[in-house]
Amino acid sequence: MALKATDLKVGDVHEEIVVENLSRGLLVMYAGTSGDYNPLHTDEVYTTQAAGYPSVFAHGMLTMGLTGKMLTNFVGDGRLKKFGVRFTNQVWPGDTLTSKATVVAIGEGEIELELATTNQDGKTVVTGSATARVD
Amino acid sequence: MADKVTMPIEATHIMMFARSVNDDNQIYYDAEYAKNTEVGHVVPPPTFYRSVAQFDPDYFLRPKVGEKWFGSAKGPSGIDGKPASSGGLHAEQHFEYHLPVQPGDVLTVTTKPGKVWEKESKRAGKLTFTETILEYRNQKGELVVTSRGVGVKTERPVDQG
Repeated sequence: MALKATDLKVGDVHEEIVVENLSRGLLVMYAGTSGDYNPLHTDEVYTTQAAGYPSVFAHGMLTMGLTGKMLTNFVGDGRLKKFGVRFTNQVWPGDTLTSKATVVAIGEGEIELELATTNQDGKTVVTGSATARVD
Repeated sequence: MADKVTMPIEATHIMMFARSVNDDNQIYYDAEYAKNTEVGHVVPPPTFYRSVAQFDPDYFLRPKVGEKWFGSAKGPSGIDGKPASSGGLHAEQHFEYHLPVQPGDVLTVTTKPGKVWEKESKRAGKLTFTETILEYRNQKGELVVTSRGVGVKTERPVDQG
């Protein structure tokens, strides 16, 4: 499934729904595997009553991980050279996220991608970029 | 983070991590399947490396034996008089992948402090940004991954308006 530079052109888009109706269960799973047990992500009582947020919300790194799933599905495994994001808005339980990669440059053996993940209201939650090796 | 942390790369951790990012790509679950891929072995998902927190003895966002935890217990926080906001959010994260990593590798992760800067925000008051650079080296001493994270401390919870 390796990507070939000759099959790509600038402006090509790969897009996927990476999570639907995000569950608090997934936030608990992510806390457990990442080791980030910040109660803001799993502890509704603390987050609403002590921290002042409307509910628990996703780890930024979970949203990046979901975005990464789209990215590796597109470019293939072991092909990323760089992957970077900015977290622009919080992600909440119940959100449905769509991640999108757009080819912005095709170089010698590599491509550059622009990334965006948006929620069901069209609000951008992550923006970023990636570089991947291609054949 | 502690200055130097040892992060063993384990197949079960990769499997559980892949589940937790909703990713069913079999390269994360099945060594036999992975053998027949271009890479030829199980690999960690691209954002796996921040799970180094699991191996950091000093990591403050993990309840520890004999220590008070600021999350809820009987009351909304296990610490009396704790300010209402835990304050820290993740603003940016960047990875560079230099060499392949697979189960059985043992990474040594070292921290380098980065820049610190401030910005005023309408939605959360004064923002203080802190950059942290992590370098991951394998058992041969080769640099395999570089991570640059930017954390932000907000003056107050982020306004959702």
